[in-house]
Amino acid sequence: MTARSVSITFAGSGGAGVMTAGNMLLDAAGRAGWYAYMTRSSGAQIRGGEAAAMMRLSTSPVQSHDDHFDVLVAIDWQNVGRFSAEIPMTSDGLVLGDPDGGDFPEQIGAKGARCADIPFKKMAKEIEGGRPNMIALGAVAGLVGLPEDAVLGVVRDSLAKKGEAARTASEASVRAGMAFAAGLPACPRLAAAEGQSERLWSITGNEAAGLGAVRGGIRFVAAYPITPGTEVLEWLAPNLAKLGGVLVQAEDELASINQIIGASYAGVPSLTATSGPGLALMTESLGLAVASETPITVVNVMRGGPSTGIPVKSEQSDLNIALYGLHGDAPHLVVAPNSLADCAFSTQWAVHLADSLQTAAIVLSDQSLGQSRATIAPPLDPGFRAIRLMPEGEAAERYRRYTNTASGVSPMAVPGMKGYQYTADGLEHNEYGTPSSAAADHSAQLDKRLRKLAVHDYGQHWADIEGDGDIAVLTWGSTTGPVREALERFRASGGRARLVSIRLISPVRPEQLAAALAGVARVLVVEQSHGAQFHRYLRAHYDLPGSVRAFHRPGPLPIRPNEIFRQLADWS
Amino acid sequence: MEATSTCPSYSARDYKSEVKPVWCPGCGDYSVLGSITKALAELSIPPERVALVSGIGCSSRLPAYTNVFGFHGVHGRALPIATGIKVSRPELTVIASGGDGDGFSIGGNHFMHACRRNVDMTYIVMDNEVYGMTKGQASPTTAPDWEKSKLTPQGTGINPFHPLVIALAAGANFIARGFSGDQNGTAQLITEAIRHPGFSFVQLLSPCVTFRPEQRDWKDMVHPAAVDPTDDPARAARRLMTDDGFNVGVLYRGSRKPFQPERQASVDSVADLEKEFVL
Repeated sequence: MTARSVSITFAGSGGAGVMTAGNMLLDAAGRAGWYAYMTRSSGAQIRGGEAAAMMRLSTSPVQSHDDHFDVLVAIDWQNVGRFSAEIPMTSDGLVLGDPDGGDFPEQIGAKGARCADIPFKKMAKEIEGGRPNMIALGAVAGLVGLPEDAVLGVVRDSLAKKGEAARTASEASVRAGMAFAAGLPACPRLAAAEGQSERLWSITGNEAAGLGAVRGGIRFVAAYPITPGTEVLEWLAPNLAKLGGVLVQAEDELASINQIIGASYAGVPSLTATSGPGLALMTESLGLAVASETPITVVNVMRGGPSTGIPVKSEQSDLNIALYGLHGDAPHLVVAPNSLADCAFSTQWAVHLADSLQTAAIVLSDQSLGQSRATIAPPLDPGFRAIRLMPEGEAAERYRRYTNTASGVSPMAVPGMKGYQYTADGLEHNEYGTPSSAAADHSAQLDKRLRKLAVHDYGQHWADIEGDGDIAVLTWGSTTGPVREALERFRASGGRARLVSIRLISPVRPEQLAAALAGVARVLVVEQSHGAQFHRYLRAHYDLPGSVRAFHRPGPLPIRPNEIFRQLADWS
Repeated sequence: MEATSTCPSYSARDYKSEVKPVWCPGCGDYSVLGSITKALAELSIPPERVALVSGIGCSSRLPAYTNVFGFHGVHGRALPIATGIKVSRPELTVIASGGDGDGFSIGGNHFMHACRRNVDMTYIVMDNEVYGMTKGQASPTTAPDWEKSKLTPQGTGINPFHPLVIALAAGANFIARGFSGDQNGTAQLITEAIRHPGFSFVQLLSPCVTFRPEQRDWKDMVHPAAVDPTDDPARAARRLMTDDGFNVGVLYRGSRKPFQPERQASVDSVADLEKEFVL
């Protein structure tokens, strides 16, 4: 039995090496020409807690998990039962575990999948320096039909620095696992990889966001660590240095956003990354960036909220604060990547827009995009750069920093430009930047700051629009992945429907959406938020045609394709 | 961003703008503005190569009254903005300024960490022991028994913050105290602070004649520091802990290396970074 997509979970206690096994399987699949996608789940413990690497291997690009898992491999059973809700198994799924690995969890057993033993510990003891996780890697590779040389190549490269003995032991462990797999009950084997013309990349969404940032021209980053955004900053730290840029670890999020405002004011494109609680702290100064017209980009990797919420799990519930968190009338940009690879594009585009429009941009990524790893076709550099309109020539008269131009964008001088000294101000001001509480100045500057966002040509990037038919699924961000898959199934079952995934959340594009929804009789809104934040946003800013249904629920469990498919199939 | 070809000389007037201050008649901050512009003229730094950053409060209005590149940000965050400017454009002369509430209360965490980080910039705090812009509330440097605020009619009852001691403990590289009434002496302190590498902290006693009229007497209370500045933190700590708060002059000169990350590219382009992702 071959399949175009196979889903596998490695689970075990902390230190058992499930993430290593998962990463190696992903890389091996990528080298052999398959697409792979992996999310991580772990207990709250910093070290030693239970961990799960949830994988999906596929013959075509993959952006989200399937409905179920075909294989669960537990290197040991310690606390693995806690993941049961996250690992729905197919009815004929295969559960592999070590009979010496502790008590088999009831929650897993209740699912009715087939069970088989792999004596990881015993097998590892028979190999000098043998590793149970490498045996598990070999077993899974053997079950799904990954070529041995692809797996061993990854093992050799990954352990190049660990020495001959470690490498030999791991290779032997993988081979032992593959040999053992031949005697295990069958599970779906991956169909042959469709020949890729280029070598795939292995990348996480947070790394992709970092890449988009430097591609866009970011050369200053201020950083305060927060889960699940930290990896954006950790990727940027060494890579910015290589580009001659600077990353400063700040004392808190208030400092990090103000540092980037300072660096950007000084002429260097600047960015920070955070998550919900950090974004909340930054909102006052986001308003400062808007009022002083200082371009900045903030990547917000959403997690479960409110308050500390669920730091390690995904949710689309920072939409409201990103849109409405700023006090006063403070128009700004909100851009949302809708796939792991799109984290690169959307971040780069946001950086370009922030500098072009001299305002604050928030990139709304989330944990399921940011902390997932996938093999993807190399994302091309779309060419967006942070380019600012600057004054030219000698300053003839007193510089009007906030000239009320037709486009709303006024030339922005940077320190060092003789004769262009001005004071940037969060106080309302006149065209020179001088503080003013006059009604005419307030109204003129509010109009200017709104106009520059409204009249800009955002091209086709404001949304991804696919398919046709009189049903439309309207979504944003990471739920776009399962929606795409649900729509493929719906079309395969004879249905017709279109996808509209909005990337430019703010400013709103009502005319463009109306055109995208022309002829639509039914609209299904899909989002991962308890309060239906996206649905309410749509209701506030757009006219939705026909009848509208909202499918929304909170994290931490991902929205799966079959849930969306059922919404479509049952709506008749 | 071109460098100026020659080294022209400047007068204090070249650093002033035509914007009329919102300060009350008699406010100490007028004189501080004069001291800052005199110091910049003394140092002959072209106005376009100076960045002056402030937060919120009476004294934080200062940047708009100058002819340098200014930034009037939000309450308490002058130091992070100044840090971003200096680290990304080290060739600029960067000054942060503000009041005691802005710097020691809402911005207190940044104050400690700016001292600790030791970026080469100068922080001037006009200390009048009161929130003036919001009409007279106790600040972190207000005495515990000051009963004139409607917010704390029985006094705060809590010990005032000692900014110089905190600055020393947190790692500031230069610590001085001045009095706004002595415009030339203060200009000299600011000149030295700007010249000194690393984070220089200057506390300026700057009377609020509206809400703290008794501060008019400060002119009779200030006195020059009796001993030369030390580079020994232990000695400086002892002096600062025991001084009367009116000791003016340079009180500590450290020699810690300023924080300034290298900005030397080691790759030709972003494309070189992408190799790590290729399988």
